[in-house]
Amino acid sequence: MLKNILHTRPSFVLLLLSVTAVICIILFMTLGVKGQWDFALPLRAGKIAALILVAFCIGISAVVFQTISHNRILTPGIMGFDALYILIETLALFVFGLNISGHIATSGMFVLEVAVMTGFACLLFYSLFSGGVRSLHLILLAGIVFGLMFRSLSAFMIRIIDPNEFVILQDRLFASFNQVNTSLLVISIVTVALTSMIGWRLRHQYDVLSLGRDIAVNLGVPYKRTLMLTLVLISVFVSVSTALVGPVLFLGLLVSNLAYTLTGSDKHRYTLPAAVLLGVVFLVGGQTLLERVFELTTPLSVAIEFIGGLLFIYLVTRKGRV
Amino acid sequence: MLIHPGSNPLTSSYRLLLLPTIFLLALSLISISIGVGDFSFSHLWADNDDADVWQLLVISRLPRTLALILSGMTLAVAGLIMQMLVRNRFVEPSTAGTIESATLGILLVTLIAPDTPVFIKMLVAGAFSMMGTLVFMALLSRVPLRSPYLVPLIGLVLGGVVLACTTFVAYRFDLVQSLHAWTIGDFSGVLQGRYELLWIGLLLALLACFAADRFTVAGMGEAFTTNLGLNHRALTLFGLLVVSGISATVVITSGNIPFLGLIVPNIVSLLFGDNMRQSIPWVALLGGTFVLLCDIIGRLIYYPYEIPIGTVVGVIGSILFLTILFGRRNRA
Repeated sequence: MLKNILHTRPSFVLLLLSVTAVICIILFMTLGVKGQWDFALPLRAGKIAALILVAFCIGISAVVFQTISHNRILTPGIMGFDALYILIETLALFVFGLNISGHIATSGMFVLEVAVMTGFACLLFYSLFSGGVRSLHLILLAGIVFGLMFRSLSAFMIRIIDPNEFVILQDRLFASFNQVNTSLLVISIVTVALTSMIGWRLRHQYDVLSLGRDIAVNLGVPYKRTLMLTLVLISVFVSVSTALVGPVLFLGLLVSNLAYTLTGSDKHRYTLPAAVLLGVVFLVGGQTLLERVFELTTPLSVAIEFIGGLLFIYLVTRKGRV
Repeated sequence: MLIHPGSNPLTSSYRLLLLPTIFLLALSLISISIGVGDFSFSHLWADNDDADVWQLLVISRLPRTLALILSGMTLAVAGLIMQMLVRNRFVEPSTAGTIESATLGILLVTLIAPDTPVFIKMLVAGAFSMMGTLVFMALLSRVPLRSPYLVPLIGLVLGGVVLACTTFVAYRFDLVQSLHAWTIGDFSGVLQGRYELLWIGLLLALLACFAADRFTVAGMGEAFTTNLGLNHRALTLFGLLVVSGISATVVITSGNIPFLGLIVPNIVSLLFGDNMRQSIPWVALLGGTFVLLCDIIGRLIYYPYEIPIGTVVGVIGSILFLTILFGRRNRA
């Protein structure tokens, strides 16, 4: 009897979330247009496509990252992944100057950066996933400090960069949810679609992976290969979302943990879509609330940082009790 | 550090202090002599009546160097005290929400009463940083099973939450740019008349020196302290007062210098152990030296422009922090 209810609950939750997400999207598209439809709709469509793409990237990468690290407090954002992206972007501009980063080369640059970042990420986090007994909190702390270091290094180079070049960089890095960089949208969608195929092919292995490394290896999952492919996937997703809206430290943590709690399930076929849908609700709904209801100019990321930070403190203090 | 069994360890280590003191003085001379304005020490005593050189020294160079040394010394001591009180090696004002709370305090008082004298602003900032630190300690007391790495983690995230509040307020009133200027440590604006609050920080640090032995005892834990007849709660409050005061003076003068209070005490502890009375002068001297060094790097690397010290320390400090983090683990 109880088993039966639990079995149907995730699908019910998914349905509910989808409906909420669709309502948020409709509200975002229609509220306060005042008749100028042909002007407002294309503008908002670009924005909403970017927001949904970001929700997709952050939701999937957070859940998958937590699966391969066997922990629910770790997310790419907390581990300094997006700070790393900003550092690489700054470094590229710093070393090569304007010639390479003009808008003709944007897509090429993007691919190159993602490649470099993946390499870095694999190096940096390989030790974390390749087993051995390690303190989770040590890894978390190291991740946050790495993030601080990356940010300081970027700030350091930004000081030295030519002001003209900096304007371009600022345009690409510190775009908030208010001004989503739609020029990157097409290449981002293509990249994410291609990368998602990796995730789709690996989808059956993630449920096994979440049982732990040893069990997964015993059950025949090619652990190392899956891990590397997944790191590639995460790096691409994080690069895309950072390129589009800038770093959001706690959104991944927020949506993944809510997804687990709401669906009450560990199965990726429930948690992944739930996390993405929650991301859409948070980003689109939050943006609608901020822009149309409260008429605030505050970036949504500030609000997410606040709520996500509180949730994080709650999670770790509760974890300590166990 | 090898200490011969016959000699008194205290006096021998005090004698060793001569070396870092000389080093600090040498760095101060370098710090005074670099900059865009034409300055050399020989001009001071040259026979021309060149009043400009003296003016440059008294109004700009000397205050800056003093401010650097004072901030470095006091922040390092504040870090040491916090580490004793929380009994965790990885805690300091910027990993416990203290600095962020002070910033919030400054922002609010600037908004509500812009004409408030700086001293009152500092008091408000101090009160806020005290509250923030108390919240941090209250959170810690709710975590019975303490992993040493969990403590700074909570502090860092708490700081992030407070910072989010601050950013929110700053956005509403178009003060984000000023906020950036406050939060990144920068001494380029320090002139005569704009750094003197730091002496209050020094005073607080000196007070802490007198209570050094008590803090060492407090570092052994509450039960142990009470057994020795000391009031643990009062001691903790006094320590927090000192730390909050120091944080407020530094933030209001120059902004945040991350990791300083963490790295210096850790290095000193590797050298001398955890006797606070013995290590406090070392911590202060090395703190001043570290800040001076980072500032000189920031001023020379892109001469005649400057890299703010907060950024330089952010890079060097996080690398050192990671080294300490992983180094400790390997030895354990």
